[in-house]
Amino acid sequence: MDVVNQLQRQFIDYSASLHREGFLDDQFTQLQKLQDDNSPDFVVEVASLFFEDCEKLINNMARALEQQQGVDFKQVDASVHQLKGSSSSIGAMRVKDVCIAFRSFCEAQNREGCLRCLQQVTHEYSLLKNKLQTLFRLQQQILAAGGSIPVVE
Amino acid sequence: MDSCNCIEPQWPPDDLLMKYQYISDFFIALAYFSIPLELIYFVKKSAVFPYRWVLVQFGAFIVLCGATHLINLWTFTMHTRTVAMVMTTAKVFTAVVSCATALMLVHIIPDLLSVKTRELFLKNKAAELDREMGLIRTQEETGRHVRMLTHEIRSTLDRHTILKTTLVELGRTLALEECALWMPTRTGLELQLSYTLRQQNPVGYTVPIHLPVINQVFSSSHAVKISPKCPVARIRPAGKYMPGEVVAVRVPLLHLSNFQINDWPELSTKRYALMVLMLPSDSARQWHAHELELVEVVADQVAVALSHAAILEESMRARDLLMEQNVALDLARREAETAIRARNDFLAVMNHEMRTPMHAIIALSSLLQETELTPEQRLMVETILKSSNLLSTLINDVLDLSRLEDGSLQLDLGTFNLFAVFREVLNLIKPIASVKKLHVSLNLAPDLPEYAIGDEKRLMQTILNVVGNAVKFSKEGSISITAFVTKSELLRDSQTPEFFPVPSDNHFYLRVQVKDSGVGISPQDIPKLFTKFAQTQSTATRNSGGSGLGLAICKRFVNLMEGHIWIESEGLGKGCTAIFMVKLGIPERLNEPKLPFMPKVPTNHGPTAFPGLKVLVMDENGVSRMVTKGLLVHLGCDVTMVSSREECLRVVSHEHKVVFMDVCVPGMDGYEVAIRINEKFTKRHERPIIVALTGNTDKVTKENCMRVGMDGIILKPVSLDKMRSVLSDLLEHRVLFEAI
Repeated sequence: MDVVNQLQRQFIDYSASLHREGFLDDQFTQLQKLQDDNSPDFVVEVASLFFEDCEKLINNMARALEQQQGVDFKQVDASVHQLKGSSSSIGAMRVKDVCIAFRSFCEAQNREGCLRCLQQVTHEYSLLKNKLQTLFRLQQQILAAGGSIPVVE
Repeated sequence: MDSCNCIEPQWPPDDLLMKYQYISDFFIALAYFSIPLELIYFVKKSAVFPYRWVLVQFGAFIVLCGATHLINLWTFTMHTRTVAMVMTTAKVFTAVVSCATALMLVHIIPDLLSVKTRELFLKNKAAELDREMGLIRTQEETGRHVRMLTHEIRSTLDRHTILKTTLVELGRTLALEECALWMPTRTGLELQLSYTLRQQNPVGYTVPIHLPVINQVFSSSHAVKISPKCPVARIRPAGKYMPGEVVAVRVPLLHLSNFQINDWPELSTKRYALMVLMLPSDSARQWHAHELELVEVVADQVAVALSHAAILEESMRARDLLMEQNVALDLARREAETAIRARNDFLAVMNHEMRTPMHAIIALSSLLQETELTPEQRLMVETILKSSNLLSTLINDVLDLSRLEDGSLQLDLGTFNLFAVFREVLNLIKPIASVKKLHVSLNLAPDLPEYAIGDEKRLMQTILNVVGNAVKFSKEGSISITAFVTKSELLRDSQTPEFFPVPSDNHFYLRVQVKDSGVGISPQDIPKLFTKFAQTQSTATRNSGGSGLGLAICKRFVNLMEGHIWIESEGLGKGCTAIFMVKLGIPERLNEPKLPFMPKVPTNHGPTAFPGLKVLVMDENGVSRMVTKGLLVHLGCDVTMVSSREECLRVVSHEHKVVFMDVCVPGMDGYEVAIRINEKFTKRHERPIIVALTGNTDKVTKENCMRVGMDGIILKPVSLDKMRSVLSDLLEHRVLFEAI
């Protein structure tokens, strides 16, 4: 039982720290609420979908921005918009914030700024991915140890 | 011998005398005969001779005289009686004719004389006309010169060219020896030689302006002859025997303001320049009237041309100044914009960057407080917590104030419970007040509406700030908070003459008075209260902390709410009363076009789950689609998902009760689908409820949604509770609403 408690405590702390550091916001909490017996892996599924989407969009944007002849800012903007939508749906706050800045650079047609934002987005996304994977691993450990996932308000 | 009838002249003794008489008579006769011939010849030649009859008479007379003399020739020798008879006849005729001629001459000679006088008269007249013609021609020429001169002068707007041209042309036209222009100096007390015709660079001679001769010239608008010896005319090299005549004329220097509409300025101009013209020396030429006239006209033209040049100079200068100012203003504006942009960027970043560590500090310190600590540690942690709370408040205040100053802050209007706000304030302030043993009382007027429309958060902030100040500055006694609806007689407050609250149907003015029995404020400090960072200097207040921003922020908020805030105090130690009035909306009566706002308090009526509710979700973004589906599935709905517009239009049917449509994507396509759906289902009860999911609820999006006939808008991201209440409201009311 101690192991479970410890793991649960770890989970709560880690979750709280993610929220505090701004990686996740309330929306993620909402998602966690949606997870129930009917859809036990809801959050994991959404997260994987998000990661796939992210990677695809980041690749699109990188390719579009590499064009030497003329960057199609509209395309980049559309991708950023999608990314922003996805990140706000899942509650990835930091990614969303970078997307907001990214959009203004797109509107200003500032290639340098866009490249910098793209770098930032990639960075944030990989950070988030690691953190979420850690979180999910903790969850699985708790479940494996026989405990239940504590609800973090 | 008998006496014969022959007359015997006595030849021999007087032979010589006889001979001479004979010859003379012969010549006389010749002359007498030739004269009429000549007369006839000349009369025939001339066409105009009115006295032919007289001439004939005269001719006859002469012919007869000649005949007489001719016949006389024969009487010198022995002649017959016939000759004597002829002689006599001739003589008789001659006598008759000559008497007739003499008589005739008496008549005609006066006529002939008068002809002569007329001839003389006409000749005189002709001479006179000639002279006048010459004069007119001269005048015409000078007129031409003036026109040309004027044209030259007016064709340029450069002052120097004007003056130089004038002098040159005048010199040429009038064949002057020297022509000079004297301009008044800046002081106006002297005339300075500015331009001359012959000398290229005139040295700056000056002449005092109040010489009698100059006054004489200035006082008359005509050209005046002056003596060649006066100072203004003495600019030629000396050594001429007979200096030519000199004329001076004034040139008015006109100012812009001198041009009246009706009269030409005559006496109003004070400044004149002097133009001096000198005829060539030793030429005995005189100034004629028409030349003087020419000079006067030219002087006037020069005045006009100079004033034009002055106007032009002035306007060019003004324009240059304006351009400079424009450039400077533009620069200043751009700098200001850059500064504002930099400030906003900074604020935007700092907003987040500052708050995050603050929250971390506060959260972790509070967590730390929960753990086991030694008393010292506890004290330290409490201090940390207090300081970081203060810091957090300060950061919030400063950031808020900056946004307020920008004018970029907008009120979050919503319907809220007014009583609840006051109760909340009271609850928050009661602990502190009870520690200080202050009694706090709240009086709400009976006619105060329970619900109002306004910015709840900021109203609470204002009331809290005011009440907090009251508590802060009171050591003992009581605080009383009164709130009521302002009546019309209290609308015009003597304190605030510039504030005229106008009551209307949709709004009322809430007046809140907070009276405390604290240290009070001296009258001279009252105006400073609402300025940023200004604090009263009394030691009591210095210790209570605070940055002095609170009231400034309150004032801004109150102003945004179209109200007014002020403080009354009778002096130090007598307590003070803070009063503010704000405009709030009345919830019942609202205009139709506006979307009615949902009550902020989330109501949870209706079923908590919607089993089997068929819902269609259209969203291009995979992740958000999945999230929305998850939400709805959790609530028990039967969710169909589509990812494109065409698919949506294809799949939608009357079985679907609600359609959730993502309209985040830029472009009008989302709205088009709504229109299509509206078209597809003509009967309203068959049509599914269309709700827009969007990331921003600005006015444009709202308007667009309403325009295409959507039933509601939800701001993403949607929480579970929100979705629940949205669905229940929708299904219950089927009414327009907006949920944030």
